Amino acid sequence: MKPPLLSIKGLTKVYPGVVANSDVSFDIGEGEVHALLGENGAGKSTLVKAIYGLIVPNEGVMEWRGVPYAPGAPSEARATGVAMVFQHFSLFDAMDVAENVALGMDNPPPIRELAAKITDVSHNYGLPLDPSRMVGDLSAGERQRVEIIRCLLQNPQLLIMDEPTSVLTPQEVEILFRTLRQLRGEGKSILYISHKLEEIRSLCENATVLRHGKVVGRADPRQESARSLAEMMVGQSLHTPSRPAAQPGKLLLEVQDLSVTSPSAFGTSLRKVSLAVRAGEVLGIGGVAGNGQDELLGALSGELRTTPESIRVAGEPVGALGPNARRALGLLCAPEERLGHAAAPDMSLTENALLTGAYRENLVRSGFIGWSKARDFAEKIILRFDVRTPGAHVAARALSGGNLQKFVIGREIMQRPSVLVVNQPTWGVDASAAAAIRQALLDLAQAGAAVVVISQDLDELMEVADNFAALNGGQLSAPRPVNGLTMDQIGLMLGGAEGGETDAAA
Amino acid sequence: MLRLDKRPTPSKFWNYATPVTAVLLTMIAGGILFALLGKNPFEAIKLIFWDPLFSEQFASYSRPQLLVKAGPLILIAVGLSIGFRAGIWNIGAEGQYIIGALCAAGVALAFYPVESWLVFPLMILGGAFGGWLWAMIPAVLKTRFNTNEILVSLLLVYVAEKLLAAAATGFMRNPDGAGFPGSRNLSQYPAAANNEIFVNTGLHWGGVAAFIAVLFTYILLQRHLLGFHVQLAGQAPRAARFAGVAPARLVVLCLGLSGAFAGLAGMFEVAGPARQITIDFNAGYGFTAIIVAFLGRLHPVGIVLAGLLLALTYIGGELAQFMLNLPAAAIQVFQGMLLFFLLALDVLSNYRVRLARQPAKTDAKVELA
Repeated sequence: MKPPLLSIKGLTKVYPGVVANSDVSFDIGEGEVHALLGENGAGKSTLVKAIYGLIVPNEGVMEWRGVPYAPGAPSEARATGVAMVFQHFSLFDAMDVAENVALGMDNPPPIRELAAKITDVSHNYGLPLDPSRMVGDLSAGERQRVEIIRCLLQNPQLLIMDEPTSVLTPQEVEILFRTLRQLRGEGKSILYISHKLEEIRSLCENATVLRHGKVVGRADPRQESARSLAEMMVGQSLHTPSRPAAQPGKLLLEVQDLSVTSPSAFGTSLRKVSLAVRAGEVLGIGGVAGNGQDELLGALSGELRTTPESIRVAGEPVGALGPNARRALGLLCAPEERLGHAAAPDMSLTENALLTGAYRENLVRSGFIGWSKARDFAEKIILRFDVRTPGAHVAARALSGGNLQKFVIGREIMQRPSVLVVNQPTWGVDASAAAAIRQALLDLAQAGAAVVVISQDLDELMEVADNFAALNGGQLSAPRPVNGLTMDQIGLMLGGAEGGETDAAA
Repeated sequence: MLRLDKRPTPSKFWNYATPVTAVLLTMIAGGILFALLGKNPFEAIKLIFWDPLFSEQFASYSRPQLLVKAGPLILIAVGLSIGFRAGIWNIGAEGQYIIGALCAAGVALAFYPVESWLVFPLMILGGAFGGWLWAMIPAVLKTRFNTNEILVSLLLVYVAEKLLAAAATGFMRNPDGAGFPGSRNLSQYPAAANNEIFVNTGLHWGGVAAFIAVLFTYILLQRHLLGFHVQLAGQAPRAARFAGVAPARLVVLCLGLSGAFAGLAGMFEVAGPARQITIDFNAGYGFTAIIVAFLGRLHPVGIVLAGLLLALTYIGGELAQFMLNLPAAAIQVFQGMLLFFLLALDVLSNYRVRLARQPAKTDAKVELA
């Protein structure tokens, strides 16, 4: 019998205090799309880093077509035929596509030759891309194409993809899947990491499920339901957020013709954004990252100022007010970037509780900080939102992404907002924590707040939102009720200006 | 080969250990330097660090000098530390110190020879105002035109030095001074003189001001929301804006405060130990205070200790120059080495040093980029 392409046997990786992988074994066959499933922190990243030569495991062996394989560096892995597309792109905005591709190669050919090759490969695989365009001008989907083409140029036998669809529109996902199926048809293997179970069910023929660093299950995803896969991943039955239907109350947040110039050269300016959210209502704003989400949050939080009348909270014009004046009126926000925006990485949770809670929670008296009150507030958040941490004195950056996310969302919810705006509330958060956060948002709406959820995760928006609008190129589509909305309609709403290119590829 | 791994949280141990280690390394490297100059390194180090305080021969003169030198260093350094914590780099305290002294001397000379208790407080206000004004130039340029405050504040030091020379030889020259450069001697003008409060301690009003400034800064940073915002802006500028901090206001506040403190230091110096405006009035306190601020970990209490230590190197350095014929530059090199070792060792509090080929958790992006 022919040996599998890559065989992993008893792989163990220990970090000080943490066992990231414990005795992990599985095989990837030739021409197989293999899914690696698991919650955040389950050890998926460590495992693929070992395969890609970024780390050396403590125990266990790998075999490549029956021959021992122990890459000491990514260059060795690439030479063997392993390529990887990372979840976070490593691209330079101010360089063009061909230059970016050249930077990631071990022996790049002259730029003109490379550009011709890029055009070639991109057409062969249905991923249109102009090698002379600046990366700063590309959409997230196109940026991912740069990364994928960089890999394909090296003609890999095994392609590792880490959460590739988290930044794509449904149409872009379709294009990507077509490419991946084409690759499989050519006999190449793909190791596909995702927590989007429907995708895995439509793409992969084998799945290995990790939990706490161990293999807890193997399955043929086509034979399983998304729910059964999720429960395998989490190890318990899942709670679906729910709430009784409610009558929308009075108008709490009103945005009228909001236009904001982005402070960043590669940002997206908002153009005449209008929306209205009533008490008890959740408005979901979808869209691919980089279409104005950060700017919208900044304009609502008060970090970016506009004309007073363009934003109203319960009728009160707030567009020209700063963040604390808006907080005083009940408009609270939780930005996407946890470390560095929503929280200061090197500061303790107590200090981070003070960061937005200073005035609403009366943590400050005539400018002087009540540290014991701030600590009490932090501890209340930790308790109510089940933040796993040794205590409020711990630095924010020492928390896992999910726990810090629970903390920063909890911090705002605990301040009883009348309007809450959250950007990517469950990004990089494990399934059970994500469910808890969504439930908290729904409870808040139930209690009479207006909630705006900006997210790239459409499943999440379908789950929590009453109305859905899409942000594209800084413009917001008219909101539509989620009930009765099909994925195709959503895709068209999201597609907007990008529709042309998507059609061309189709 | 060595490699560096980022620590999940900065090491507390190294945070306190680096200043001490840096001082020890400076002594060793300084000793080697002195040996290369043909001097006995042990004698030189002893002269710098021990004799000013404990030798029977020198201590009676040197000991009071410790507070004389440490006062302005600490006063300037605590002011700078506030800005440094916010990521606002005022490198021009030397210039603000000079302008503060010029304004204070100007007030005194304008009142001369009126004897009133009002003169001294007015000089204090004048000194603080002068330093504040000089620091407002980089502040306004930064907030209006986004210029770099490091360059602007530094270059303004040289402008201030020119003004100082013009004052000493021109508009502030002593009319009774027989044409010699230099202003009237303020120690001979009782209403303006900043004399020792207790004889032979070296403590004058500048030392008191430094103490008050340390206390003020400690409370600001530990207990006040403004101090929290200063630190937030330095560590996470986006989070600071999210918390409602206006960056421009912070720039004006930090530069203004550090400028005013430096101007005060200049005022107490010109009315006290320096006695008058001269061409070479400034002795580099404004630059040395940068070392003091970092050596003291930008913490008020640490700055007091670091200020005393650097004051010691000033006094001991003069002693070593005098006794061993060391060049004056050797002491400046010595102080420079201290900052160099300190900043280099800071790597240890944020990173763990490992031998290579013992790979650990790396950031995937580093590998690709």
